[in-house]
Amino acid sequence: MAEREQIRKPATSERENETADNPSASERGEELKAELDDLLDEIDEVLETNAEDFVKSYIQKGGQ
Amino acid sequence: MAIAKTFGIETEYGIVHRGTDDPNPITASSLLINAFLASEGYRPDARSDVIAWDFIDETPGADARGFSPLGALPPEIETHLVNAVLRNGARYYVDHAHPEMSTPEVTDPRSAVLYDRAGELIIQRSMAAAHELLPAGQELVLYKNNSDGRGNSYGTHENYLVSRDTPFGRIVRHCTAHFITRQIFTGAGKVGAELPGQRTDEVHYQLTQRADFFEEEVGLETTLKRPIINTRDEPHADARKYRRLHVIVGDANPSQVATFLKVGTTALVLAMVEDDLIPHEFEFASPVSSMRHVSHDLTLREGLPLADGSTITALEVQWELLDLAKEYVDRHGTDATGGETTHEVLRRWEQVLAGLERDPMELADQLDWVAKFRLLEGYRERHGLAWSDAKLRAMDIQYSDMRPDKGLAWRVGLEMLVTDAEAIAAISEPPADTRAYFRGRCIDTFPEQVVAANWDSLVFDIGSDALRRVPMMEPMRGTRAHVGTLFDECESAAELLRRLGT
Repeated sequence: MAEREQIRKPATSERENETADNPSASERGEELKAELDDLLDEIDEVLETNAEDFVKSYIQKGGQ
Repeated sequence: MAIAKTFGIETEYGIVHRGTDDPNPITASSLLINAFLASEGYRPDARSDVIAWDFIDETPGADARGFSPLGALPPEIETHLVNAVLRNGARYYVDHAHPEMSTPEVTDPRSAVLYDRAGELIIQRSMAAAHELLPAGQELVLYKNNSDGRGNSYGTHENYLVSRDTPFGRIVRHCTAHFITRQIFTGAGKVGAELPGQRTDEVHYQLTQRADFFEEEVGLETTLKRPIINTRDEPHADARKYRRLHVIVGDANPSQVATFLKVGTTALVLAMVEDDLIPHEFEFASPVSSMRHVSHDLTLREGLPLADGSTITALEVQWELLDLAKEYVDRHGTDATGGETTHEVLRRWEQVLAGLERDPMELADQLDWVAKFRLLEGYRERHGLAWSDAKLRAMDIQYSDMRPDKGLAWRVGLEMLVTDAEAIAAISEPPADTRAYFRGRCIDTFPEQVVAANWDSLVFDIGSDALRRVPMMEPMRGTRAHVGTLFDECESAAELLRRLGT
């Protein structure tokens, strides 16, 4: 385990730096949230109309 | 030394024939492919057998361990179904009641994404072409997933060229750890859980489509008792020099980032295995249950038991493999793993692991399981649904619907690594840097003379007494650099063969 800890530590500190230098992550999060809200607004129009029947009828033969 | 990797991805798509009371997936798959071939002007005289696949060298029963365990079932080859070779060097055929797309051989992970995307566009064109042929009210709908949610699975396989000198046992040792843990970014997400042949409702949502279906650590089968490491030893190349590692644990990924990382990280791990530079083994106490455990653990925090009694998380294994891969690239360069693109693999690999560690939801534009989870969770909250609600299972399936206006994966804002303009070109143009170039150009230029094809050979009928077979046992030969000018200069297949000296 000691060896593993040693290898992991530098990676962790690099990642912390990256987070600090990267304020765009939260902006991107906001953007994604807005996109998701839009998608949820319109999604009922594309969803299969009878979910239960659709799920029941989705039967596939096993493959590889 | 690690050899330069050649890759390919095989995808069995789910298929539904809507508007008929008597659907037959084999007939539907044949219709789908034949409709595409006809609409794209492939040789019309024998549409069910456009350019015949040459099965002479197929040996799917060969086992990499050098023996066949009693009771092991080698896969069967079905020779009577539609089986076409495309101008881009891909194989498009009916396998186990599914249409299957095998990309041409490529040499870097970005090209694997490009030809996987070209395959998706071919599927879309096929659905449109079939629509023209079917009676009103009928439609074929394809799904890029790996499970029907009730215990039936179909595969997405990756193939990697590996040096024959690499002991198979070493591949098994290290790849097992990678395959168990890479699921945290390769998973396409699934509502519920399945055992082979049946559904259970113990798990609301899991990372992968496929993990539930693995029952063995190592073995030859692909359709039942699936093993984490598949031992099929059929290199489709010079068997004295090469192995082909046939990887059956992956999910079909609409996400291009997931496909890129799936192939890119695995190529790096294999290069390190070939050069024997992974200093110690992550020996899992129970690989099969760890495989499922990783898939079922949405926190990504649960420890997996190792044989030495300690535990490790999937993220820890992946961080360590990434650190080793960085060191490997510093010392040995990128020749074995697809050249410059390797740096992009390392960059994205790190970014994705960091994101998974902080908050997986940051990666909703990159990874399928996150994108799907976020969509389902959002819908579930908005409508106050239980995870067992059929609506969520329907959305899970519909995520992978290949119709551009219906498939949810195409609407969730996933980052694209290749443009559709590039992918459209790749529908008819082979990769320039493998033997797929020779295969694709021959089929494009001399469709009347190529009577059969396989990964490692082409058979020509040039009107002489005997058919002429051109072996292609070296995956990196037959490239544009080798033979490109021949296609510009030769007027006939006979001249091409003469110039090749066969």
